[in-house]
Amino acid sequence: MSWETVIGLEVHVQLATKTKIFSGSSTAFGAAPNTQASAVDLAMPGTLPVANEQAFRYAIMFGLAIDAEIGKTSVFERKNYFYPDLPKGYQTTQLAKPIVGPGHVDIQLKDGSHKRVRIHHAHLEEDAGKSLHEDFHGMSGIDLNRAGTPLIEIVSEPDMRNAEEAVAFAKKLHSIVTSLGICDGNMSQGSMRFDVNISVRKKGDEKLGTRTETKNLNSFKFMEEAIALEVERQIDVIEDGGKILQETRLYNADTKTARSMRSKEEANDYRYFPCPDLLPVVIDDATIEQLRSTLPELPDARHKRFVEQYGLSDYDAGVLGDDATMAHYFEAATKVCGDAKLAANWIMGELSARLNGEDKTIGDSPVSAVQLGQMILRIKDNTISNKMAKEVLQGVWTGEGDPDTVIEKRGLKQVSDSGAIEALVADVLAANSAQVDNYRSADDSKRPKMIGFFVGQIMKASKGQANPQQVNEILLKKLNELI
Amino acid sequence: MHDKTLAQLSAGLASGEYSSVELTRHFLDRIQRLDPVYNSFITVMADQALASAASADQQRASGKGVHPLCGVPIAHKDIFCTEGVRTSCASKMLDNFIPPYNATVVDNFLAAGAVVLGKTNMDEFAMGSSNETSWYGPVKNPWDINTVPGGSSGGSAAAIAARLTPASTATDTGGSIRQPAALCGISGLKPTYGRVSRWGMIAFASSLDQGGPLARTAEDLALMMNVMASYDPRDSTCLDLEVPDYTAGLTNSIAGLKIGVPKEYFDEGLNPATAKVVQDALRQLEQLGATLHDISLPHSSLSVPAYYVIAPAEASANLSRFDGVRYGYRCEEPQDLRDLYMRTRAEGFGDEVKRRILVGAYCLSAGYYDAYYNKAQQVRRLIKQDFVSAFEQVDMILGPTCPNPAFEFGSKGDNPVAMYLEDIYTISTNLAGLPGMSIPCGLVDNKPVGLQIIGNYFSEAHMLNVAHQYQMATDWHTRQPADIG
Repeated sequence: MSWETVIGLEVHVQLATKTKIFSGSSTAFGAAPNTQASAVDLAMPGTLPVANEQAFRYAIMFGLAIDAEIGKTSVFERKNYFYPDLPKGYQTTQLAKPIVGPGHVDIQLKDGSHKRVRIHHAHLEEDAGKSLHEDFHGMSGIDLNRAGTPLIEIVSEPDMRNAEEAVAFAKKLHSIVTSLGICDGNMSQGSMRFDVNISVRKKGDEKLGTRTETKNLNSFKFMEEAIALEVERQIDVIEDGGKILQETRLYNADTKTARSMRSKEEANDYRYFPCPDLLPVVIDDATIEQLRSTLPELPDARHKRFVEQYGLSDYDAGVLGDDATMAHYFEAATKVCGDAKLAANWIMGELSARLNGEDKTIGDSPVSAVQLGQMILRIKDNTISNKMAKEVLQGVWTGEGDPDTVIEKRGLKQVSDSGAIEALVADVLAANSAQVDNYRSADDSKRPKMIGFFVGQIMKASKGQANPQQVNEILLKKLNELI
Repeated sequence: MHDKTLAQLSAGLASGEYSSVELTRHFLDRIQRLDPVYNSFITVMADQALASAASADQQRASGKGVHPLCGVPIAHKDIFCTEGVRTSCASKMLDNFIPPYNATVVDNFLAAGAVVLGKTNMDEFAMGSSNETSWYGPVKNPWDINTVPGGSSGGSAAAIAARLTPASTATDTGGSIRQPAALCGISGLKPTYGRVSRWGMIAFASSLDQGGPLARTAEDLALMMNVMASYDPRDSTCLDLEVPDYTAGLTNSIAGLKIGVPKEYFDEGLNPATAKVVQDALRQLEQLGATLHDISLPHSSLSVPAYYVIAPAEASANLSRFDGVRYGYRCEEPQDLRDLYMRTRAEGFGDEVKRRILVGAYCLSAGYYDAYYNKAQQVRRLIKQDFVSAFEQVDMILGPTCPNPAFEFGSKGDNPVAMYLEDIYTISTNLAGLPGMSIPCGLVDNKPVGLQIIGNYFSEAHMLNVAHQYQMATDWHTRQPADIG
């Protein structure tokens, strides 16, 4: 039996506003518990919400970026349920009249093909606080710093057919919101969280299977794992003659297992109704046009530009251009060194390997774009070899200073003095007369292979500091003289 | 001194006839002596009141210009948050709640230099028309202590009727200012929705709640409105409109005023004796130069059912925050989260509050939303349209405030719908967001009757002018209960 997977995503994106969506409290991450919770955030009696205009601007920017209709009249509603980290006993969100209507996001897959994922809508809402279950001797602690942080929830159509597409879509959204500057994109701090709706059906079936929702995934990797696990589970259940229950599931990234959180029967009746404390917000065309005209460069446009302006391959343009921080890094480094190709190679090669090794993103790279550019400049002006450059990068990474400082401190300057190199070459040839004789008597076709031995000896004699290109040139010249 | 109006007291302080401390002490004494009978105050703020009176006296002595209400004692309904002073909303749920902030209305009076005598009793969370639902016990009507003072602002109204305070703040969601004003023989104004800030005013039904003043006369209401009305950016439903001087036009003639008399307000539900008193008042206004016009508000009969869907629906969400987690009442020894919620809310709320939460949650629940909440909102638009059409023909709409004078305690206790019908003439103005007033216009069996004045949006100054002219020509507003010390 052949099965088809159907996936839809609900993505929560924390907006990078300075203050909360309905109060003046700071949204900064990492403060001591409840130090960023005002009377409004605590839902003290008699307090009232006032909508944050910047949150609307950010949501509209997102809508424009995905070619969506902007809701001219945007209405907040109350979603009622009880939970200790939800102080009002309802979440203020949008339902019937969201700020962003239907739109679409185009994704590129590994085989180079493109696919369009439709967006059902995106709405503004407030984040909840956090329940802390450790350190309270069997009780729970509540931290309301996050309560009221503005979110847009982006709801896709069930247009994805496998984990690769879902991850590509999620990454593309990440790329769009960070390029717009409306979200810091910091996944480990929960700035983007994914709920994945998954169902399977027999290949060729029109009707969708019963879906489950795996909630609150905060990394692309976990998302991929959770989808694989759930698809396998659903197929096993059906092939064993069972039925899929509509339910909400939680994925545990540590144990790589998932469990049911609540079934459809246990689901809340949220009793939505328009929030009477907040009047409908009417967005005028002038505001929309003003935002449209100042929209930053979007990932697709940047990708295209990277190919045209820097001569990057489609693949490289994708790696460097899809993530806004990466793109800024690349362009800053290129500006310093004037060599896009070298900058691209170093970022995608050595630097990425180091970042991945320490589980860092380009945003927290210990080597700044300017430092990388400076280092590349030193390769280009023959101060250091490629091999030395790796050592320089190591030094900058560990905080030894700028590339020039590291080169100086570590004595990594390459010897490019032709007189000195000529002397080295002469010494090595004199000390290895047997090999020189062999070279002389060998066929032209075999000679290039024999060069390596002499180069190795010369580099060794120079303690690796001789300019390899010069060594090659001078060595060949000398050997040819001997023939 | 307690027989004087707010305007007279302000003049007496200005002329130095008495100090604010003397005045404040006088009212505090009366409260201490008489309120055990009426139960109109939940919290008396004697120390704070005397301190602010002393400071008001200093301000007046400094010779600098002061606000007319500087040093004048008032009371706040216990629904307005007062920094450092318990704000209970007459509920066990908030019996221990001391807000760390003031309501905007409270701040406004603070800025004017008014002296706050205390926090007045009310129906629990403003849900009631008789003041019988208060956790702190019912308020007695000073005209007859066997009868109710009306609700939910019954404590404020009774305190004024018993001359324990010259004026008070209050709130009106379906008649909670006008009905107690009528039953206690005083004057009350529910302003246009959005005229008075709701910040710090504990919400019952957000789209209907509006703060307003209770006092003896229209002139006093105007003085109170000058302080209460303000634009407040912290309340998104508050309108950014200039606040007029509400006293400025009080003495204008009302000759030529077109008064609409809705036939639906004189139906079989109206007590015939009340009807006669109200008709007499209308004729009095005719003599002042107004003309009477029969009008119809055809959807009036739908106002009570629509209100009892919308108000509980909003209340069901507004009261969810009282969960025992962050402040207020928490049950003893909760076993788990569910137990904490269930027992806290079961023990902390009274029966009427629970009834309305249940009704509201039901009306919003899946499968019933369209039939109840949506339908009620449609009715609300029709009711508003009735008024819009009427105000194309007339300047003001007048009629009775309530169908009956004050009723006895417990007389409607087992029948919530009979109680709800006491608000039949007041509820539609809340649904439409219009301003409404009640002023004393006569007595039935020695019980006061209220004349209701409904104006167009933001016509409070004109309404106060009409009421003032009526009060200049009559003396019903000067009548007071016997035996109030």
